[in-house]
Amino acid sequence: MKVKVLVRNPDDYLRETKRDIHKLPRNYDPALHPLEAPREYTRAMNAVKLERVFALPFIGSLDGHRDGLTCLGKHPDHLSWLYSGACDGELKLWDVAKRKIVYTVQAHDGFIRAMAFSQETSSLYTVGDDKLIKQWKAQELDGSDLKAPINTIVTRSMLTGISHHRSKPVMATCGEACNLWEHSRAQPIKTFQWGVDSLQSIKFNQVEENVIAACGSDRSIILYDMRESAPLRKVVLKMRSNSLCWNPMEAFVFTVANEDYNLYTFDMRNFASPINVHKDHVSAVIDVDYSPTGKEFVSASYDKTIRIYNSRQAHSRDIYHTSRMQRLTCAAWSLDDRFVYSGSDEMNIRIWKARAAEKLGVVKPREKTALRVNAKLVEKFAHHPAIKRIHRHRHVPSHVYNSRNELRNSRIAARRKEFNVRTHTKRQLPIIPEKAKVIVSEQQ
Amino acid sequence: MISSKAGTDKLKNKLRSPSKQNLRQKFKSKKDEHLLPKFKNKKPASNQNTFKSQKVHDEHLLPKSASNKNTFESQKHRLSHGKKLDLKKKGNVVKHATKPIARSEILLPEEVGFLEAGKGESTADITQVEIKSSVDITSATKQFDLSLQFGPYAINYLRNGRKMLIGGRMGHVAAFDWVTKELTCEMNVMESVHDVAWLHNETLFAVAQKNWTYIYDNQGIEVHCIKKLNNVLKMEYLPYHFLLATTNDSGTLSWLDVSIGKMVQRTHTHLGRLDVLCQNPSNAVLCCGHSKGTVSMWTPNFVSPVIKMLCHRQPVRSVAIDQTGRYMATSSVDSTLKVWDLRTYNCLQSYKLASGASNLTFSQRGLLAVSLGNIVEVYKGICTETVREPYIKHFVGNSISGLKFCPYEDVLGVGHARGMCSMLVPGAGEPNFDALEANPFQTKSQRTEAEVKSLLEKIQPELITLDPFELGEVNRQAVLEKWEEKTKYMFVKPPKVDLKPRKNAKTVNKFRIKQRLQQERQKKHSMVASEIKQNLVQNTIAPRKPESKPSVLDRFKTKTTKK
Repeated sequence: MKVKVLVRNPDDYLRETKRDIHKLPRNYDPALHPLEAPREYTRAMNAVKLERVFALPFIGSLDGHRDGLTCLGKHPDHLSWLYSGACDGELKLWDVAKRKIVYTVQAHDGFIRAMAFSQETSSLYTVGDDKLIKQWKAQELDGSDLKAPINTIVTRSMLTGISHHRSKPVMATCGEACNLWEHSRAQPIKTFQWGVDSLQSIKFNQVEENVIAACGSDRSIILYDMRESAPLRKVVLKMRSNSLCWNPMEAFVFTVANEDYNLYTFDMRNFASPINVHKDHVSAVIDVDYSPTGKEFVSASYDKTIRIYNSRQAHSRDIYHTSRMQRLTCAAWSLDDRFVYSGSDEMNIRIWKARAAEKLGVVKPREKTALRVNAKLVEKFAHHPAIKRIHRHRHVPSHVYNSRNELRNSRIAARRKEFNVRTHTKRQLPIIPEKAKVIVSEQQ
Repeated sequence: MISSKAGTDKLKNKLRSPSKQNLRQKFKSKKDEHLLPKFKNKKPASNQNTFKSQKVHDEHLLPKSASNKNTFESQKHRLSHGKKLDLKKKGNVVKHATKPIARSEILLPEEVGFLEAGKGESTADITQVEIKSSVDITSATKQFDLSLQFGPYAINYLRNGRKMLIGGRMGHVAAFDWVTKELTCEMNVMESVHDVAWLHNETLFAVAQKNWTYIYDNQGIEVHCIKKLNNVLKMEYLPYHFLLATTNDSGTLSWLDVSIGKMVQRTHTHLGRLDVLCQNPSNAVLCCGHSKGTVSMWTPNFVSPVIKMLCHRQPVRSVAIDQTGRYMATSSVDSTLKVWDLRTYNCLQSYKLASGASNLTFSQRGLLAVSLGNIVEVYKGICTETVREPYIKHFVGNSISGLKFCPYEDVLGVGHARGMCSMLVPGAGEPNFDALEANPFQTKSQRTEAEVKSLLEKIQPELITLDPFELGEVNRQAVLEKWEEKTKYMFVKPPKVDLKPRKNAKTVNKFRIKQRLQQERQKKHSMVASEIKQNLVQNTIAPRKPESKPSVLDRFKTKTTKK
């Protein structure tokens, strides 16, 4: 007769000293873990509720400007340096970690319209209403670099935007026309002109380094190649675009902030229709900036809110607003992908978390794993109605809520009218997909 | 003594071969072949479980378009390339996840117990005394007899197999650590006790007394007297839902949430006195046996039983469901014992015993303990094959009133008219416990932590369903309904409602009444409107003409053809 009865040695299962951690033997046999699906569902429910509980995105505000903000500049090498330009021509350098002004300098006589950084020469270029391009040194945090500009270029036309080439010592300004400048030259090395209208904003592509895109006041977006003699292509939309930003990870994708409350993501190779239309704002979108990962972007709108979108999704992931924040003029996403800056009319720069429920500070490895598991659970059960409802829930200011409902009704009415027109006319109207409706024409 | 149906042989074969195939698939690579014989003893059930859950995960990940080909033809959902890659990645992750889990079984420290008889002998002839003498001291102490005089005893083991609760009909209630024989509390409640049950941990237990149910502390202090649970005959505790389920003299099933003290549901079954109750551990559904030979299954979400099956021709005496929730054993007064498959509700095995089995219970490893009057018989592998003789037999000497296997131990607790007896059943308990589920070596701090964690993960009673994996599947009906609603209201304007409010109607009520009426009108209107819309759509919207390249012969085309 052979017998073996189960016997466990307690020494194998209990910890030896008080200082050790408890021993936790595991057995993944599903018979020991019944009711898998409801338990995971309950955990997902708890995770999504906790996410809402900890969703406190506002970190602080940088107070000190004496006039509304116009532009924000992030130094490519230093994460905690933030340059901001105001309507009275003041340029301030902030230490974001300490939330203090490092230095202030009166850069221009009128508005500071835009600023751009050059990594090679480690300098900052600002452009203002006094038709000057000023080059400032940007190497030390004590602001001693900002006492006087290294170089000033006097131009003959109004300037509204500036952007610097990624590697070459070339920068592009826009105003009446697109001009390419070199650091030492007083005259532009090249001028691109297409039509009589002025350009609002201009950006160099950071991946495909010689391509430039600009938004024009004739509702167009114009593509230039630095090496060519003439502009490449132009696409005219239904309404004017206020700003644009290239995707830092995808060479040919850029997003445009439009007056018709939407943002459009275009592929520069195909202007027949945008890749994505990003809705959700209830007033004109003023500024857009991509996250350094290229997967998300932030948009600042005239309706006093900033929204964060996923690059390929039509609806916003999150909305940030405060009753104290008035009309927004600029938005930036910090280069460590963690913070979002917003500059507004009421002279404040606000710092927000990019992910509202994220824990700042030291996160221990166990905590980190737990947070990641929670995020994954929410993603897994995202389609269940109860969890979806909690996940989507955001408190929104009343003017936005009411405008949203109005807009929704007007959109449904427009669709209904179009359908009725189509069914009751004799001639065949062409069917244009919803996305492509925004494009009026494409020109070469 | 035992007879079986011939038809079950086919089933037996079916049940055997896929499991072996699965084993072979698992250990296909040359590296693992040397491991194959070692795992032969392992229950094939675990393989099937992992593969079953894998299947469900895959279904959940499938894009909706792939499964609803017929209904969504008008709007074809095309997944972008990125999304398709994501799904493929997820599917691969699930496939590859089963491999390391299967391999991690090597790391499990303990092995299953066994009892093998010599040549010519059968294990049924081996007595408890013989087993006790051939086993080490610690295991030998696990076999003991308690001689008490307070009536037939009901037994309940704590979920981690550490402590034990006994309740005698004359009112004796005792909670103790059965290994060290250390007494936690002992008292006489001076009333008749019908059943005892541990709640979520060793600090609370419930006693079904003559009139009402009482909840006691681990010191024996009465904490609650629940008058709503009156005349209780049997109690079951659902650990993941924190529900105490009780059956009544008058045929009422009640579920009480012990964490918040709320009565979740009380259903009057109208099926007579309920004194046979069993819990299905895999989906938390209650199983009751009735005097008409039927077995009914209940969830707190429905007033009527979710399943009702005719099992025997005589009153059902006992029901037991195994750990994995696949097999159910029922016994009746006419000495029959039947084993049912809980997926297909077919009778797998049917046996004839010497007398009617008064108690049935399954162990964690699938052993079935049957009490026939004075004797306890334990059968091995009764669900998957036809057995001819018991695995272990024990003569208790008094009529048996309670029968429970101790979790994670090779021990069977028998409560009888003159006390209780603990017997050794090698191979009954699960050798490797999962410390995050139930830890026999739990310290006080671990216990408090586990209590908090399990409260946070308490499953709502609404989620108790027959199929526990239902949550992971797509609710096709709801999706279809949503789609239909959407298409109905899209382009047709609903008619306006002219409302004449009553005299004293408040503005809030006016608004609500108007809304409700509007919705009703919309629904009525949409039925007609959708038909019209479909006709219009088919007739008016023409398909896009493919762009034809200009050719030389175009100038010969007439005006009408050119258009």
